[in-house]
Amino acid sequence: MNNTPAIELRHITKRFGQIVANKNVSLTVYNHEILSILGENGSGKTTLMNMISGIYHPDEGEILIEGKPASIHSPKDAYRYKIGMIHQHFKLVDVFSATENIVLGITEGKYDLKAATKVIRETCDKYGFEIDLTKKIYQMSVSEKQTVEIVKTLYRGADILILDEPTAVLTPQEIRKLFAVLRRMRDDGKAIIIITHKLNEVLEISDRVSVLRKGEYIGTINTSEANESILTEMMVGQKISLNIERTDPKNVEKRLVLTNVSVNSIDGRAILKNVNFTAYSGEILGIAGISGSGQKELLESIAGLQQLKSGSIIYYNPKTGAEEDLRDKTPLQIKNLGVRLSFVPEDRLGMGLVGSMSIIDNMMLRSYREGKSVFVRRKEPHDLADRIIEDLQVVTPDAQTPVRKLSGGNVQKVLVGREIAASPTVLMVAYPVRGLDINSSYLIYNLLTQQKENGVAVVFVGEDLDVLTELCDRILVISGGRITGIVDGRNTTKEEIGLLMTKAHHASDGQGKEGHHEENS
Amino acid sequence: MKKTAEKAPHEQFMQISKRAALPGWQSWLIRIAAVLASLVVCAVIIVLFTGDNPFAIYATMIKGAVGTSRRIWSLLQGVAMLLCVSLAVTPAFKMRFWNIGAEGQVLMGGLATASCMILFGSKMPNYLLLPLVIVVSIVAGAIWAVIPAIFKAIWNTNETLFTLMMNYIAIQIVSYFTYIWSVPKGSGKIGVINPSTQAGWLPSIGKYSYLLNILIVAALTIAVYIYLRYSKHGYEIAVVGESENTAKYIGINVRKVIIRTMLLSGALCGVAGLLLVSGTDHTITRDTAGGRGFTAIMVSWLAKFNPLYMILTSLLLVFMQKGAIEISTVFGLNDSFSDIIMGIIIFFIIGSEFFINYTIRFRSRKGVEAK
Repeated sequence: MNNTPAIELRHITKRFGQIVANKNVSLTVYNHEILSILGENGSGKTTLMNMISGIYHPDEGEILIEGKPASIHSPKDAYRYKIGMIHQHFKLVDVFSATENIVLGITEGKYDLKAATKVIRETCDKYGFEIDLTKKIYQMSVSEKQTVEIVKTLYRGADILILDEPTAVLTPQEIRKLFAVLRRMRDDGKAIIIITHKLNEVLEISDRVSVLRKGEYIGTINTSEANESILTEMMVGQKISLNIERTDPKNVEKRLVLTNVSVNSIDGRAILKNVNFTAYSGEILGIAGISGSGQKELLESIAGLQQLKSGSIIYYNPKTGAEEDLRDKTPLQIKNLGVRLSFVPEDRLGMGLVGSMSIIDNMMLRSYREGKSVFVRRKEPHDLADRIIEDLQVVTPDAQTPVRKLSGGNVQKVLVGREIAASPTVLMVAYPVRGLDINSSYLIYNLLTQQKENGVAVVFVGEDLDVLTELCDRILVISGGRITGIVDGRNTTKEEIGLLMTKAHHASDGQGKEGHHEENS
Repeated sequence: MKKTAEKAPHEQFMQISKRAALPGWQSWLIRIAAVLASLVVCAVIIVLFTGDNPFAIYATMIKGAVGTSRRIWSLLQGVAMLLCVSLAVTPAFKMRFWNIGAEGQVLMGGLATASCMILFGSKMPNYLLLPLVIVVSIVAGAIWAVIPAIFKAIWNTNETLFTLMMNYIAIQIVSYFTYIWSVPKGSGKIGVINPSTQAGWLPSIGKYSYLLNILIVAALTIAVYIYLRYSKHGYEIAVVGESENTAKYIGINVRKVIIRTMLLSGALCGVAGLLLVSGTDHTITRDTAGGRGFTAIMVSWLAKFNPLYMILTSLLLVFMQKGAIEISTVFGLNDSFSDIIMGIIIFFIIGSEFFINYTIRFRSRKGVEAK
């Protein structure tokens, strides 16, 4: 190992408004090494890497490249320092071929596709990339697109490669191939940084691991000295007491029973696999998991927005005692069955609300159908809007203001307020306090607890383990679309949940995965 | 986000940002200023290219549009027809369904009208013929519009191309029938239909032959305004247009809304065809729609899809058209010259929207980080 680090970060701090995304982070990466940056959602991994690749600029601290201070103001600057980043969302032109995408944006020299193809081909052979360079991007699988992105950065001469969650969208076979390529690049002398939150991959691929937690740098250890529980502890940290009031569940009854629910994405990837659980009235059921593990699809399946591949979702009506299967029903059909289901989706302005409409018109989303008249009545929604503005202290000039103009916390209050006003029997909330300040967060926790006391079955998808363990009665942990455990909120630890969240998928279901991959290709 | 960051901080001396809503009078002030500025630019161009007195030209334009009572009637009739087509495309536009096939939909409505007048003009009494003409023209327009809507709803085809292509089909169908029904045979022109019996003609109120058209369009304007603003359908259109995901989330049947709204859009185009053939020209040619299907897009957008504002925007466009025709005859200028003037004025009006929605701040400080 060379003694001069390829990159050294010294005391980097980055703020967005009041939020500190990175606080005093220092770390080093050497050539001939793969470094994993490990951390939960929102721990500041991507922000940190974006500063190295020139998308952001640190507020404090400095970046040294090969021992010399560097000033990186744009991705172009980053390339001058031989830094290349492969983003989670690929930045490719769909109708161009692989080669065309790889040479795109290079202004030096002549535009000579033939010569370029030759150089690219050599790079591919050297590291063992398998790719058809004439293929158009829109015809490619996710894995092929990723390969194009990696080759693109290599073609531009990158010696330091940053990969943001490279395995999130890949099948186990593709992950194996990717890791083989990464190892060859490392052996060739490249410095490689992988952003991830999957412990098994960290242990498998990297030489050292640096851990971030809530924007702070926790430490770096050699992978050879690490194991899953050490890493989990570094990742989730000590328990912080939040003093959220938690009452004991009362009148616990079966409300919603999911049996063997499986969902596939449009391109055939399995997103939910044989999910089984029951939500009871009078309790808050937490759902913990790395984001993108299938939480969104789970809630949308219940809300009638997701096509199920198999399984059933039975709703037990508390009034009539009837059992209704919600599978293959539209949201309207579900509503007409008398199922009082409220849903606060993750995408507040893209799904829960209409940004350009006033608070009043957004209140109307749930109720505009009422009555026989062909005209809408704005009086009741207006009253409701005024009531929510007052009760939840929404900061807004008036009820006529488009919700898009409100701050994140106030948008959420409007949405949660509306959903609770429908007096639901099942209330599903996804990341309800994301982006909210402390006071608004507690307001939301209290509202959820209140609903639980009123006998509502509350399903709470969250990301902060401190909140989950203090607010929820039971916590269901989901990993890779599979339920890896359901734990008692009062007796669990963050480490236990953390381990379940990152539980390796291949170990438990190697067989099933193989079979599923066949369908894809 | 990345784009701006890439440029930062070297070139960022000017920052454009969205501004909070301006009070109504301020935004109208900006618009009026834009029109005045455009007239100044036009004056410069007039002097440079023609050497004529710009004020004389403007005066002639005003005279051409509203100089005599006949001209005022013709202006109002023109506004009514353009407004009618604009009303038709607006519900679709509010739904973010880019119906640029109004031209064809109007033609099909007009063709249906004409065919009833030709085929049944001597076979049934007027009190039966008129309702038939009305129903058939509305149905024809609606059918022509609902075809692309069905394809969009079920297979998610591109409605812009689809509706555009439907225009050319409609034009060719009209050409075909003008040949079949041409009077005298083979002339390729239908001429005035039922000139002596006036069968199937919309009646004129007193001596004002255009008044009925104008009243019908006025009523439609108010109806469309109320429909979009106060009806449940109108609310659904707005939700689907703003966010299809939200629409699905609250259980709106998006396909149904698309098809229903295009039926309405097409039906209103059918009415426009009816008013043009049965209420105005009493004949049909392939130019009956006269490009209104496209001009209507501009009328609707300039008015931000508000039917009441559309009265103003269609008035502006028709006024300019009529005025332009006058200056080309009086000053012996080429037709295209009036188009140039009109283009400049519209450019300024559309451009003024930018200043209403955004503020520009200049900054000299270097190294300011983009977020």
